[in-house]
Order: sequence, then C-alpha cells, then structure tokens
Amino acid sequence: MTDTTQQTPGATALPPHVTERLIPALAGRVQARVLVAGHGEPVLFLHGAGGLLWDPFLEALAEGHTVYAVEHPGADTESLEHLPGIWELVLFYDEILDELGLERVAVVGHSFGGMVGAELAANSPRRISRLVLIAPIGLWRDDAPIPDIAGVPADRLPELVLADPKSPLAELLTPPADDPQALFEAAVRMASVLHFIWPLPDKGLRGRIHRVFAPTLLLWGEKDALVSPVYAEEFAGLLRSSETVLIPDAGHLPQLEQQQATRQAVLDFLDRP
Amino acid sequence: MPYRDLPADFESKYESIWVTPPNTELCDPQKVAQYYQWNLDELELADQLGFDGVGVNEHHQNGYGFMASPNLMAAALARRTPNNSAIMVLGNTLALYAPATRVAEEFAMLDVLSNGRLAAGFPVGTSMDVNFCYGVTPTETRPRFREAEELIIKAWTQPGPFTFNGKFNKLRYVNPWPQPLQKPHPPVWLAGGGSVETWDLAARRDYTYSYLSFFGAKFGKKLMDGFWNRMDELGVDRNPYRAGFAQQICVSETDESAEKEYLEHCSYFFNKCLHIPPYFFEAPGYRTRKSTEFAIRTNQPGVIAASAALEKNWKTLNEEGFIIAGSPATVADKLIEAAKTLRVGNLHALLQIGSMPHELTKKNITLFAEEVIPRIRHIWDDEGWEHRWWPKGAANRSKSSSAASQA
Repeated sequence: MTDTTQQTPGATALPPHVTERLIPALAGRVQARVLVAGHGEPVLFLHGAGGLLWDPFLEALAEGHTVYAVEHPGADTESLEHLPGIWELVLFYDEILDELGLERVAVVGHSFGGMVGAELAANSPRRISRLVLIAPIGLWRDDAPIPDIAGVPADRLPELVLADPKSPLAELLTPPADDPQALFEAAVRMASVLHFIWPLPDKGLRGRIHRVFAPTLLLWGEKDALVSPVYAEEFAGLLRSSETVLIPDAGHLPQLEQQQATRQAVLDFLDRP
Repeated sequence: MPYRDLPADFESKYESIWVTPPNTELCDPQKVAQYYQWNLDELELADQLGFDGVGVNEHHQNGYGFMASPNLMAAALARRTPNNSAIMVLGNTLALYAPATRVAEEFAMLDVLSNGRLAAGFPVGTSMDVNFCYGVTPTETRPRFREAEELIIKAWTQPGPFTFNGKFNKLRYVNPWPQPLQKPHPPVWLAGGGSVETWDLAARRDYTYSYLSFFGAKFGKKLMDGFWNRMDELGVDRNPYRAGFAQQICVSETDESAEKEYLEHCSYFFNKCLHIPPYFFEAPGYRTRKSTEFAIRTNQPGVIAASAALEKNWKTLNEEGFIIAGSPATVADKLIEAAKTLRVGNLHALLQIGSMPHELTKKNITLFAEEVIPRIRHIWDDEGWEHRWWPKGAANRSKSSSAASQA
C-alpha cells in the first residue's frame, strides 16, 4: 500500500483527527486525495458536484466507522485525459480500494457520488457490503427531467438544491461573483463532474444496476427540486434489495439540511447486522 | 444574418437568442425563406462589386445566425459568383463532426465545385453551439477539435486509403473522393475568440488566424497583441496576412446620415442578437486554465455594448469601436487605424447588422465596395508581404483582402 501522508498547501485546514492521504491509481497517472478519520468498519464516501468538504455528516459517520472520503479526480484537467468515461472512473475507485487494503466496504454516495457508487457496486458487486445512495443521479425519466445545472444562473442554484433557499447553506453553493479566480476554480470542479455526465446524467447505469448485490438505502429529501424523489421509485424498481427513506423539509442536500434525521437513517442502515 | 422580426420585448421575455429561443413560437420558416434569399443576393452583389471574398459561417439554434450548414450556402454561392470571389467558409465547427471526414469531404466538394476558391475555416466553436446545442462534453471541446484538424489535413494530403486511430474518430478506411483541388490543401483559416492553444496551432501549422468578435478593434487590441507576441516567441514572421478580424461597418453618404439610417438596426443587434446569458457562454470545462484569464475579461464588452445600445448611444458604439460607421472617408480612416493597430491584413466586413433591411444592406455593401475598399486595399503593400493564405483559384484583386461576411 502506498501511503503518503501530507498536507496539501493551501487546502482548508482539516480537524486534527482527519488525515489526508494521496493514493496513486491507474498506474500512477491519476492521484486520489483521500480524507481518513474514525474507527470501526470502513465506509467509502463519494461526494457530489459541490466538492469534498469535511462536514458534520462525515464527522457523524466517523464516530463509529473508519471513513474514507475520496475527492473526485479532475480538478486538474490532466487527470481527466486519463479518465475518458465512467468505465475508467470505476476502475480508478476499484484500484483505490485495493491501495487502501479494503476488501469489502460500505459505500455512501451523494448525487453524482451516488451514481459513481452504484456503478462501482455494479462493477464489483461482491466488494460492496452496503450501499447508501443519497439523491443519486444516473437514471433519466422524460417526465422528471433533471435540470441542467450548467444552464441556469448561479443565483438559481439554491432554489434547486435547498428546501429553504434562504438558509445559510446557500452560500456554500455560490462562490462570490466578484472573485473571478474563485469562480473559475468552482467551474473547474464542476467541469470535472460534468465530464462524466454531459449532456444528461444517463450513461447506461440502467443496464448495469441489476448487478448490484449490496442491500441499498435510497435516501431523498422530499423537496429535492434538482433530482426529483420520483427517482427513488426508479432506483428501487431496478435494485435487487432496497429501502427508501424520504426526509421531510430537505432538498438535494438532506445530509446538511436535516442532519439529525439523515444521519440516523444512514447509521441505522449501515450498522444493521 | 439575424432574424429581423423578433418581438419588441424579446430580450425581456426570453432567456436567450441562442440555444433556447423557442423555434415554433419565434421562427417563421416563411420569413426565413425571404432572409436566405436576401442573404444570398447580398453576397452575390458583393462578388459583382469586387469584394475579394464572400463569407458564411455556422451557428445552431440561434436567432441571429441560422445557417446550421454554411456549406449549403457556400455551394449556392460557388455557382453564382462569376467574379471569382473567394468562398470563405469560416467555418465548420470541427468538434461537432465525428467522423470529421464529413468536413474533409464537404470542404473538398466545395473546393472542387468552386474551382479552388475555398478558404477552409476551422473554428473551435462557441460553447453554445458545441456544448449546449450539440451536446459535446465541454472538456472534450478542444481535444475533439485538435483531432479533427489532424484527421482532415491527413485526409486531404495523404494518399488513401489509410487507417486513422483517434480517440474520437476511429476509421479503418480514410479515402475521401475527391481530395481538394488546391494543393497541398485549401488554405486553413482559424477563427477564434482568443485561446492561446489556437494561436500555437496557427504558428505550428502556418494557418491564418481571424479574431471574430462583435466588439471591434479597441477590445481586440489586447488579444491581437497577445497573438503577435506569441508569434514572436515562436519565431514566426509578422506577415499581416496571418491575421484577420471582423468588424461591423455602416457606410452612408455622411457621418450624420449614417446614424439616422443605421442606429436602430445596430441597437437591435446589440440588444436582441447578443441577448445571451453568461452561463451559455462558457460551460464549465469549455476553456482551459491557460486561456481563462482572458475569457473572464472578454465577457465585459458585451455588457457595455448592450447598455450603450439600450441607451441608443450611437456615440458610445462608435467610440468603443463596436461599430465603424459614417461617410466612406470616416469609415476608411477608422478601418486603416484598426488594421494597423491590430496588424491584420484580412478584414471580415460585417455589413448586414441586426434588423438592417435588404435595401439598406445593399446600399451599405455598394458604398463599401465603391468608396471604402479602394481606400484600404493597399495599406500593407509597402511592407511587401505575400498573402500565402489566399485560395489559389480565387481572383487576386489586391493585396489586403476584405471579405463580406455574414454573422
């Protein structure tokens, strides 16, 4: 196992109990940044288009588990050249699990991270013990089109993503309009996700998801205006074994909008014997 | 070639002129039939009057330019330009076509059909056309462009059949019939909005580069300085015919009559035809890190132009250089100044602007041909450069070239 423990210069300071590791994958062509914390059974966390933050939800997971939160690759455009599509991305995660020495692992994925988690579980069904998909994308219904996040003004994002667009969380979604560099960095993060889901977040998961073996929790904010909760039914109809929890008064970020209800549902599911 | 009958409240009622203006609601094919005829008539008139070239370009789902296939228009022009103007197709948006041999074939057809008069434009394309209308992944925009460029040049110059194993184009047999008439191939005219990668390609392949914008020489200055600095760094000569720029131009008898005749139509253009929300201009990933700094700045002129037009501020539009308007002498002086400032030998004269009616457009074209072209034609002669990017089969009427183009 390669283990380079070091702090990336300029990165937001992490709590002292969170370790950052840089893991090479795809024959060293791409490097993964992984945040590790906690004790107990391992959980792989895959974040959504907003980027990787050590937030209260991860903190709660780390209380009873060893959390491995991997940053989606591609903030530097060179990495994307080695990751032309979802197939290579899945192999990238599979190799990271090898490097981390995780034979079997529970996976929690949010939004785009949920899509990647489902793809990973379809590709390596025996490797994933439990799967938690929080408002995942990856399927498409013409009667419930997922809005084009690149094709709306930035100030409309809060109403698509949050049950309460006036909540302080709105600030997380919109970088300051007068800071071109911050806007560009946000655009690069977004580009690294859009790279895998343009122009629609449907890259064939429907034809692969039947391979998922792990019991799956589908967790959705009842007021998700970005990825409608009707997709919970769609996923449930395709998975072998799933249960659905709808979180009241939450939109597309239930783990931050309704922290207590979400963490309870997720932890109950993960810790079930 | 804008839609000239958009509703008066278009820009407040609709999201954008590009990508999403609802077609059934806003676009009457009967009207477009008339616009296409006018457009071709105007370009044919330009040929008769002695323009060096006539230009067409490609846009999609766009209320100010609905030549989804410029090659169709170019084919019509190839048959109806007896004065042998160059056929400037600026161009085909390479990233949209896989296999890109489609472009190699159609351009070769045009070159043969026009007896070697084709200038082959290779634009990277806008984010609106490439990413939003055609669904190309933003991060693939430039890789697809680069690969298409390589494939097309090979298809034109290597004896077929050969195999091409690209990332986006995998072809066992590349063997287009015919190859182009011009040898080694039609001159390639790159068209861009200022990405550094495109300049490097121009230098490496010895292509001419045209800066296509609606914001004139004042805003183009920084960009073209960047272009020439890069050429210097790469050891490329300063032949002005390596470079071109687009300019909206309004010619009348006097400066005063120009304002009276053209202001309304220019306002229409800047208000309605550039009504494009910023998020369509640049899907995340469309620009590389290297080229972004400039892109952040280029969004500014659009805002200034729109507000100037909203105020119907003729003075601002002229002073900022968004339009060059006035008597033939005024227009010629300003164009010479612009061309010298930018060091460009190719002028893409945009002479139909916004809601400008057919008759006024013909007047603009006529005055430009008769009164302006003679004054600007020889501005680079004293430096003695050769225009190595002029189509071999086209009439060579002059040194500096001006092409009537349609946005």
